Amino acid sequence: MRLLEYQAKELFSGYSIPIPQGLTSTNIEQGRKDAEKLGFPFVIKAQMAVGGRGKAGAIQKCHNADEFELKYPEIMQKVVKGEKTRAILLEKMADIKKELYLSLFLNRSKRCYTIIASAEGGVEIESVRNQIIREVGLGAVDSTTAEQVGKEMGLKDKVLSQFVDILQKLARLTVEKEAELAEINPLAIIKDDAVVALDGKVIIDDNAMFRHDELRKFQEVSELEERAEKSGFSLVELDGNIAVVGNGAGLVMSTLDMLSDNGGKPACFLDVGGGATTDTVYEALTLISKMKKVKGILVNLYGGIVKTTTVATAFIKAYDNKLIDMPVFARMSGAEADKSKEMLKGSRTKMFDTIEEAINASVIEVNKNG
Amino acid sequence: MADLFDLLIGKEGDKDYKKKPVIVQGITGKFGSFHTQQMLSYGTNIVAGVTPGKGGQKVDGIPIYENMNDAVGATGAKISIIFVPAKYFLNAAVEALEAGIKLLIAIPEHVPVKDALAIVDLAKKKDAIVVGPNTPGVIIPGIIKIGIMPASPFKPGNIAVISRSGTLMYEVSHNLSLANFGQSICFGIGGDPINGTPLIQAFDTIRNGANIDGVVVVGEIGGDAEEMLAQHIIDTKFSKPVVAYIAGRAAPKEKRMGHAGAIVYGTYGSAESKVSMYAKANVPVAKRPAEVPMLLAGKLKGTNK
Repeated sequence: MRLLEYQAKELFSGYSIPIPQGLTSTNIEQGRKDAEKLGFPFVIKAQMAVGGRGKAGAIQKCHNADEFELKYPEIMQKVVKGEKTRAILLEKMADIKKELYLSLFLNRSKRCYTIIASAEGGVEIESVRNQIIREVGLGAVDSTTAEQVGKEMGLKDKVLSQFVDILQKLARLTVEKEAELAEINPLAIIKDDAVVALDGKVIIDDNAMFRHDELRKFQEVSELEERAEKSGFSLVELDGNIAVVGNGAGLVMSTLDMLSDNGGKPACFLDVGGGATTDTVYEALTLISKMKKVKGILVNLYGGIVKTTTVATAFIKAYDNKLIDMPVFARMSGAEADKSKEMLKGSRTKMFDTIEEAINASVIEVNKNG
Repeated sequence: MADLFDLLIGKEGDKDYKKKPVIVQGITGKFGSFHTQQMLSYGTNIVAGVTPGKGGQKVDGIPIYENMNDAVGATGAKISIIFVPAKYFLNAAVEALEAGIKLLIAIPEHVPVKDALAIVDLAKKKDAIVVGPNTPGVIIPGIIKIGIMPASPFKPGNIAVISRSGTLMYEVSHNLSLANFGQSICFGIGGDPINGTPLIQAFDTIRNGANIDGVVVVGEIGGDAEEMLAQHIIDTKFSKPVVAYIAGRAAPKEKRMGHAGAIVYGTYGSAESKVSMYAKANVPVAKRPAEVPMLLAGKLKGTNK
């Protein structure tokens, strides 16, 4: 789960990592009240789970009420790299002397947590130069390590001691909240040499959420994605018109690739999980029936243990209940494939021996129907 | 490190040669009991199960113990497979490693990263191999199946398959079997960000095994395991044919594609990055699973010349 900036800052604040004074709203009425409390000038920041907001005009300075009336609605409407603004943070402007970079992240290949720090922050991580990298095992950072990192960045005196404190607090947050990434970029040195987190990005391990009820309030998933999660599915909504369903994440991704290679446009990625049953496939079809853009369904099931008749039964039930009324192109490997073909004869589900044949048929049919 | 083939098969003359005893943790659950039967019918020598509160009972004639210490004490098994829900995984895995298990197959999906890291750490101290979590398991076709894979895609032979995905391991092995490339071992790494045996280690574990004419690596987007493996193949001058497949070329960025580990940030974890590193290591990448045997046949032909 990727937290929005204001949510990350709420966590920072809980660990007494300094942040600028700010207020978050989701409509202009509340925004006006916030503006009054905060006082001009301030920065209007779109809250969305994507980088590059500054360049896209989703973060703008605001000096007076006239500007506010213009810019608040404009930023509320922003879409950056497909991400919509979900809230607006008004934040006091900082008098920035220097921008640093600091993060802790789960290093998958080294299988440990790793610090990245740089005295040249404020740009996206790919462009951060002179990175100082330290592996820190399970995430605990002692003051000696923190001080070494700060000194390597060229920090001194009051700034160094604040940096050491912030790094250790960020490490505690990472471990205690089970974050895969906790990033402060920029970590700014402002007037009077105070060090402040001007932005924040935190990604929490979804699998650890059962231990973190306190973070549930930040969870925001689409209605369909939530329903999918309850049934143990993985669902990712996409832009196309052919729904892709299968068992196993790798297999569904592979099907998505092949469909795209053949000119098809996937409408979703839906993994029903390892063991498909009549009920799970029926629930998957129910979710798909709610996506208006879908013109056809491509099914790729590698059964082996699962009987294909179990799956075929779900399709027949879905047609009988008028749940779906669109063509289905299915490749089901596993026991009793011939019997399934017989069962589905005359329905709108066509069975194919290979996934390649199913994909070709689906692309031709869906394109024909526009 | 412990030797995988020694643990799975043993040496000729061992009294349990090709019949290594295996313990099932979570044997009475729906999933655990179903797959215990499947493994038994494949010929895997399941000798005990563990379910707290059910010690002393039996399922399918297999004795159940209260804890791993009792089960290992009674059977001497070095292999265990875990079927418990993700939130109980850490305890079950610690219990197994503390009891002396040397090969732990971790089936559960959705294990928190923190717990996986803790087990990786403990396994190092105990000199044990952990496969998973979120793995379909390991199979040596015709000899032993420790996992949830169906039996039908696999047949004995000389190709090693290492996979980050379960169903793709079945799909690719099925295609290999159809083309008469049987498998010497199929090893599911698991789809999580943290693997008990990462790709590179799995590769090193099997590379010197007997009966390996070539290796198929089934990967997917996310992380940099494929890139590191490609570099490793170059550095260690591995000379046998290696063919790869990568799923997720068409996946959007910053979206978790089913597997916790299958996510692209910027170029990190992207399919393009992996394909270009594989190209440097002279490892061809199949566009679809059915292409794998063709590429492999081409590579094998090349080495015989």
